[in-house]
Parts: sequence; structure tokens; C-alpha cells
Amino acid sequence: MAKYLMLKHYRGAPASVNDAPMDQWTPEEISAHVQYMNDFAARLEATGEYVDSQALAFEGQWVRYDGEGRPPVTDGPFAETKDLIAGFMVIDVDSHERAVELAGELSAAPGAGGKPIHEWLELRPFLTAPTTVTE
Amino acid sequence: MTSHIIDEALLRSLTPSVLTILVHRGADFAAAEDAVQDALVEALRVRGMGSSPGSSGGGDTVSRSSGGGDPVRDPKGWLVTVAWRRFLDANRADTARRRREDLVEEEPPPGPASAVDDTLQLYFLCAHPSLTPSSAVALTLRAVGGLTTRQIAQAYLVPEATMAQRISRAKRTVSGVQFDQPGDVATVLRVLYLVFNEGYSGDVDLVAEAIRLTRQLAATIDHPEVAGLLALMLLHHARRAARTAPDGSLVPLAEQDRGRWDTASIAEGVEILQAALARDRLGEFQAQAAIAALHADAPTVEETDWVQIVEWYDELLRLTDSPVVRLNRAVAVGEADGPRAGLAALAALEEAPLGSSSRGAGPGSSGGEHPMPRHAAVAAYLHERDGDLAKAARLYAEAARKAPNLAERDHLTRQAARLNTRRTR
Repeated sequence: MAKYLMLKHYRGAPASVNDAPMDQWTPEEISAHVQYMNDFAARLEATGEYVDSQALAFEGQWVRYDGEGRPPVTDGPFAETKDLIAGFMVIDVDSHERAVELAGELSAAPGAGGKPIHEWLELRPFLTAPTTVTE
Repeated sequence: MTSHIIDEALLRSLTPSVLTILVHRGADFAAAEDAVQDALVEALRVRGMGSSPGSSGGGDTVSRSSGGGDPVRDPKGWLVTVAWRRFLDANRADTARRRREDLVEEEPPPGPASAVDDTLQLYFLCAHPSLTPSSAVALTLRAVGGLTTRQIAQAYLVPEATMAQRISRAKRTVSGVQFDQPGDVATVLRVLYLVFNEGYSGDVDLVAEAIRLTRQLAATIDHPEVAGLLALMLLHHARRAARTAPDGSLVPLAEQDRGRWDTASIAEGVEILQAALARDRLGEFQAQAAIAALHADAPTVEETDWVQIVEWYDELLRLTDSPVVRLNRAVAVGEADGPRAGLAALAALEEAPLGSSSRGAGPGSSGGEHPMPRHAAVAAYLHERDGDLAKAARLYAEAARKAPNLAERDHLTRQAARLNTRRTR
């Protein structure tokens, strides 16, 4: 089994094929999209491949240490140009092929006109714990 | 399958009294609480073996593994016995033996305080001001609510080990607090309100649990704000079924099918509220409950008494001048006196100092936009009613970006979409 992170972006990903922003869809199209996402997660739970998923707020900031006895430095909200993650899903699957297949399915979620968005998702394998057998 | 030898709800309702019995026998709170939790988990484990009342297995299993008593006929006695033994086992260190033997001698406990007072003390301790809100919530749910650590962890979407740590740290924090020290009802109410308002998932219905715990608190102390909070919970809970569509999307108050509101819950809430208001000691929760009652009282949204709702918001502002209340008041003003008046109330809110009174630790504002998450949503609604659909659509989209949860975000995005598609067709 291997864990993968599927990342969805608010911005920073290459443009989707069906790129209309969500507030330009019809309310029914939005409902269909939400339903597709829920069904997708439910299906992965049923197959035993779902681990977690979370949506992230549109806003955030950079934070860093600024030395002993000083409060952390913050910078933000994020600049308009920043790559911005919208949310993630963690899956635990048997193969890289399966992870690609599932990311492809998630990317097919319907958007404007009820057509798939063809959204680019970032697929990142987790680094694992050391294996017992090493040679 | 449905017949259990022990009723989980009954067991949980016994938790506070069993716990305080152990404390009166001389166990310190932290150890007593652990022992009661162990006994509860044991009871649930045995129940989980699937014994039915007719079979000969279950009760005997419990008796054999955990010591005397009949858990079905005398669940409280059984819990006390098991919890006490667990407590003694945990204290079996040599250095503790002498003390333990003394404690055993003291059985049964001398009980100067009544069970009712004890339960109240338990609420105070679990909501002690030295605890952070999340710790107080966890400790209350376990020590007063009788939930297991696993159930609480599931409800708040954190690992069980994390929740276990949170609870043991909380107990360490209150370890120096005298059990009979007088507490502050307001801190208890804040904790119960948090449980009611921020329950997420898992097997346990935290909303129902919050109502149960508030009802139990109302039975132990005669206090108008406790009644006010209970009424508030009942009145909001009554609308629960109507608040989400079958697909999980939010249904705003104005569009809810009022036939699906729970009339019994509304009637109970109103009755409790009226009795509390008659005491003439108004507080924040009573005022909020009054607003909820006025909504509940309207057979249709058009028949809502918005003028009176605005008056209650004015009361609420006098009691607690928060920007959230001002924002909600602007909505009510918009309904009572028209959208222009609502927008004027909103504009007045911009000028009011927000500063330290603005709530929450959410992400900061972005340039030029209002820091309150729902401000844009209210502005969008009022502009739509005022006929400025383009501005309303833009504000709904902004509100969606700032929404604190997915259901609200989807709802607000749909509102923007509704106006955008209407304008372009």
C-alpha cells in the first residue's frame, strides 16, 4: 500500500480545460459538482482507499521565527501571484497506477455546462517508514 | 441485535454521580475520573459481546471479570463497584497501600452534599476558568457526559491519543482545585454552547448531547441563563431537519419547510424561555432564545415579527456589544424597515470600533475587505433585496471565499451563481 496526496489548487495549477469560475455556473451545476465530490469520497471509503480530505480557506499568511524573545514575523495575506492550495485528499492505494487513475476520476468532476472540468491535480507520493527488509 | 444487557444512555447519565461518589470516598478527581472511564469502557465492552437479557452469559461475564453486583438490575451499584476497584488497582503501589486501606475502611461514603450539588460541582470543575475551551469541552464530555475518549476524539476529528492527552492535561490543570469550591455558571454555559455549536461527526450526536447536559444542569441549578441556553438549544434544534436539503446543502431560514420543524421542541423551548424571562434577569442566552422563538413562532416567513426581533437585538447589544450581533441586527433591520435601512445599519457597523472585540482566530482580512466572515454575505443579501444584482453577485462570491465552512461556501457560491445566470439570460 502507498499513500498519496492529491492537491487541488485555487491558483497556480495549469489552466483547466473547462475553466469557468464556479460563480459563473448555474446553481444546479454547482450542486452536481458537490455531489460528484461527495460520491467520489464515499466510493473510496467503500473500497478502503480513503484516508482523509480537507478543504482549506482561501486566505493564509507566511510566518517565520524572528529571534529569541521576539514575536514571529508574519507576511500576508498571500500575494495574488502565490500558488494557492484549495484542499487535499489522502488516499492509500496498491499502486501508482491506481493513484493516477483516481486523480483522473477526481479531475473529471463536472463544472460549467455539466462538462468535466479537466482540472489539473497535483499527485504527491508520501515518503514511507523504512522497510524491514533492506537487501 | 437491539437488546443490550446495559443501556449506554443510562450508563452515561450515571457518570456524574458515580464519579462524585468516588471523590467523596477520598479518591482525587483525576484518578476517580480515570476509574469511572475504565468502568464505562468495561461495561460497553461487555455489552458489545452481544449478550441478550435472556442469555445466561452477559451478566455473569461482567460479574466475574469486574466484581460484584448486577449491572442490569443495579447499574449504578455495579459501576461504583467496578470503578472503585479500578481506582484501588491503580493505587496499588506500596506507598499508597496504607492510604488505600484507610479508604476502604471508609466505605460507604459519608455524604454531606446532595447528589444534585455534586453534579453541579462537577460541571464547575470541568469548565474551570483555568482550562482552555477545547480542554473544558473534552473534560465535560468525558466526566459529566460519560463519553469515551474515542467517541470524543471521533466527534472532533482528532486522533484518540491526542484527545487522551488533552483530557489528562486538563485534569492536571484542575488538580489543585477544591471539588467543593464555588464556580461560575457563565463558564459552564460557554462550554455547553460550544459543544452545541461545534459538533462535527462521529457516532455521537453532540448537539443532542449538549441539550442533555444543559437539561441536567438546569435540573441542578435554578438560573435564568441556564434556562435561556436550554431554550435556545431546543429552539435551534427544532429546525435541524429543515436546515439541510437531502443533498446536504444548506437551506436558509426563509426557505425552510416549516412543516418539518419539531413543534414539541419549539413548545418546550418557548415555555422554558417564558418562565426564565418572567424572572426579570435578562441575559445573553435568553435574548438569543427570544429571537429564535420569534422565528419559530412565525407560521410563514412573511409573518415574522421583525420589529420585535430588532428590539431583541437591541437588548442583546446592550448585554454584549459584539460585531456579530450588530451584523445580525442589520439583517433584521433590513427586514423590518427595508434593505436601505439594513444597509445603513451595516454602514454604521463599519464605523464602530471592532478592534479587540472582533471574535475568533480566523485568517486575517485581505486588503480593503471586511474582516468579519459573514459581513460580505449580509451585504450581498441586502443589496440583492435593494435590486443591485451585479453588486450582490460580486459580494456573494467574495462571501464564499471567506466562508468558514464548506456548506456555507457552497451555499454562497450558489447564490452568486443564481444571480449571475439570471443576469446573463
